[in-house]
Amino acid sequence: MSKLVDMTGIEKYFPGVHALKSVQFDLVPGEVHALMGENGAGKSTLMKILSGIYQRDGGTLRIEGQEVSPKTPREAQDLGVGIIHQELSLMNDLNVAQNIFIGREPRKSFGRLDEAALNAQTAGIFASMNLNLDPRAPVGSLTIAKQQMVEIAKALSYRSKVLVMDEPTAALNDAEIAELFVIIRRLKAEGVGIVYISHKMDELKQIADRVTVMRDGEYVGTVDAADTPITRIIAMMVGREVNEEPLDVPDLGDAEVSLEVSGLSRGKEIQDVSFSVQRGEILGFAGLMGAGRTEVARAIFGADPRDSGEIRVHGQNVSVKSPKDAVRAGIGYLSEDRKHFGLATGMNVRDNIALASMDLFLSKGGVLNDAGMAQAAQSYIKQLGIRTPSDTQEVRLLSGGNQQKVVIAKWLLRDCDILIFDEPTRGIDVGAKSEIYRLLEELAGQGKTIIVISSELPEIMRLSHRIAVMCEGRLTGILPGGKNTTQEDIMHLATQRAAAMQVTGTLQ
Amino acid sequence: MITATDIEKKKPLAGLSESGAYQKLLAFASLIALLIGFSIASPNFMQTSNMIAILQATSVNGVLAVAATLVIITGGIDLSVGTLMTFCAVIAGVALTYLGMPLLLGVAAAIAAGALCGLCSGTFVAKMKIPPFIATLGMMLILKGLSLVISGTRPIYFNDTPGFDQISRGSLIGEVFPALPIPNGVLILFLVALAASYILGRTVLGRYTFALGSNEEAVRLSGVNTDAWKMRIYALAGGICGIGGILIASRLNSAQPALGLGYELEAIAAVVIGGTSLSGGRGTILGTLIGALIMAVLTNGLRVLSVAQEWQTVVTGAIIILAVYADMARRKKAG
Repeated sequence: MSKLVDMTGIEKYFPGVHALKSVQFDLVPGEVHALMGENGAGKSTLMKILSGIYQRDGGTLRIEGQEVSPKTPREAQDLGVGIIHQELSLMNDLNVAQNIFIGREPRKSFGRLDEAALNAQTAGIFASMNLNLDPRAPVGSLTIAKQQMVEIAKALSYRSKVLVMDEPTAALNDAEIAELFVIIRRLKAEGVGIVYISHKMDELKQIADRVTVMRDGEYVGTVDAADTPITRIIAMMVGREVNEEPLDVPDLGDAEVSLEVSGLSRGKEIQDVSFSVQRGEILGFAGLMGAGRTEVARAIFGADPRDSGEIRVHGQNVSVKSPKDAVRAGIGYLSEDRKHFGLATGMNVRDNIALASMDLFLSKGGVLNDAGMAQAAQSYIKQLGIRTPSDTQEVRLLSGGNQQKVVIAKWLLRDCDILIFDEPTRGIDVGAKSEIYRLLEELAGQGKTIIVISSELPEIMRLSHRIAVMCEGRLTGILPGGKNTTQEDIMHLATQRAAAMQVTGTLQ
Repeated sequence: MITATDIEKKKPLAGLSESGAYQKLLAFASLIALLIGFSIASPNFMQTSNMIAILQATSVNGVLAVAATLVIITGGIDLSVGTLMTFCAVIAGVALTYLGMPLLLGVAAAIAAGALCGLCSGTFVAKMKIPPFIATLGMMLILKGLSLVISGTRPIYFNDTPGFDQISRGSLIGEVFPALPIPNGVLILFLVALAASYILGRTVLGRYTFALGSNEEAVRLSGVNTDAWKMRIYALAGGICGIGGILIASRLNSAQPALGLGYELEAIAAVVIGGTSLSGGRGTILGTLIGALIMAVLTNGLRVLSVAQEWQTVVTGAIIILAVYADMARRKKAG
């Protein structure tokens, strides 16, 4: 059979990163071909090359046998490739028909729009999808599932033969996923080839014909979806070796429980999460993107509201309504996005370290005690080994690892003994990573309580004394740290969707 | 089977007018309330001559506010509308008085100069990726300076161009209906607003104006040349400022090079009171007109009541904050 898409030897470089290493992928008409891999495996990059958003640095791309190099999304669309992005790219202030035909509105003379033709053509596409949706409904008023349908209709309106769906079910509930699958099966029957990127194992069995697995920017293999056990696919995904020093899980015995969270809930994002952490313990939070780990951390820290749930610190019930309350209770949160939430990058090291503790350095009359700040900053620079020429160096000039240490110093100075690290090594190079790991272990050794959220399994396994795994807002299990837990165990829990999820408010 | 029970019934035209509808209604109600309030407070207020004075006062600010509306819907801001107006007035003065061009040619030159300056702002924003606030702030100062340089800091009078003052001050309507001597300036504002409304609602340019303000990246990924369209919108806004320049020059029968600063803020205030979102994607010309009228009625009414000029400014500021607060409060409730 002729191939719709045939990609071979695809190479892609980003500054400092070899993102795709001789990757291959193909698609035949009327199949759903799932593309799997951990976060950062290169799936989205590969598909962005197919859809004209990125250009490849090597290899060949053939669409229906013709070698092509789409330079823009428009060129790819003209070649019959439509992509539905992970984050929906719709214009909420425009209506459904206007969104679908953006860029190719039916026109009359002098740039006037032919609104009637626009609505009629949209209605025609909906009819062919057997979809009952008003072309004039404002997109902002639709549910996420309906917006997804609009995206699909938009892609189809280009007469797409290839449809790339990047995690289409991430924001959908079960009923909505069922609707989506109905549409996908119909498209399949019409001979459209669908590339389906997803992390959810059970969906593969339901919808995919073939599965291609990628890891670290490399092609691992392509298998038949129906005949391949999920364990085999997971093994292909995580196959890399963990060549880190083995973790030494300390016996904490009956050390005091310093943080206890029970019944934490907020909407669909956090569903009845309960756990506790001991003094001196490192609790890892594993899970795939969107599992709700960051949401849990932000709710504990008071950065986002919560529907219900109790937080006890050192046995005392604390009312955390804002980050201020959390900090007073001794909880520090180190955001994954240091530049946005953790650091004032334009300010110097000294000011950043003192930022959360300005009241310590206020003398009478509200004047800042600069000498005191300098002393505190210098002591942490020494203690944490922050590599900076001086405490007056601007933070933005430091490396990622050293910036992270500045944030840690900030919370240590604030006397926080419960530290939540969200992706502590994101954007930090390999050498600095192990230094951060050692620092976290030292902090735990000094009796701090550490929570680490990470999307990198090796990192979780390297650090965690215990591993909490989340999937779709639920805590699906807590595994012991150390050699006896494998990446496969974690992945099983991370992809364990609720058997019968409640269908909540899809139709308002 | 997929059903969509969550679809609201929409008016046939575009569905774009919907979003700001509530505040437009609120603004309209405020306008009526102001009119009634001032009529009760002062018998002189409701005089035909005073109403016409209000409309005349609205015309220039109204035209500039229409220009500002276009740019604001794209998610940008235009701080240069005031000094661009002055610059165009000076260009008209140079063309008509110094170069002795025929009336129509001089007017066309002024409007073309406006469009060209708008295109410059658009280029700074779209191609050079300078934030609109900064790009148009720079443009505002450049144009203020150029107006002074070109005119030699002296007003240019249009005494040699008969009929020029009639562009704004004459009354075509009054010739037909002597009871309604509505000045041409108001008629021109009305025509500009109508045209802008049509462009926004019915043309590709208008569609992209909303789309850019709603989600520029999505528009770009849909294969639209977003830079080119953005430049066109700024150019159109610039051309409309050129019309504003003609209006003010005609009304004063002179190009006053020192004028212009502060007009941009009044224009933006009218846009905001009229329910256009400063974050882009939503807004209407009708709302902007009502906003401009509210400001003119306020100024005029307070003057009729002999409230000191200083206090008029204070009240205007308070009205802006109230108008936007009302919109925010509603949106929060709607969730």
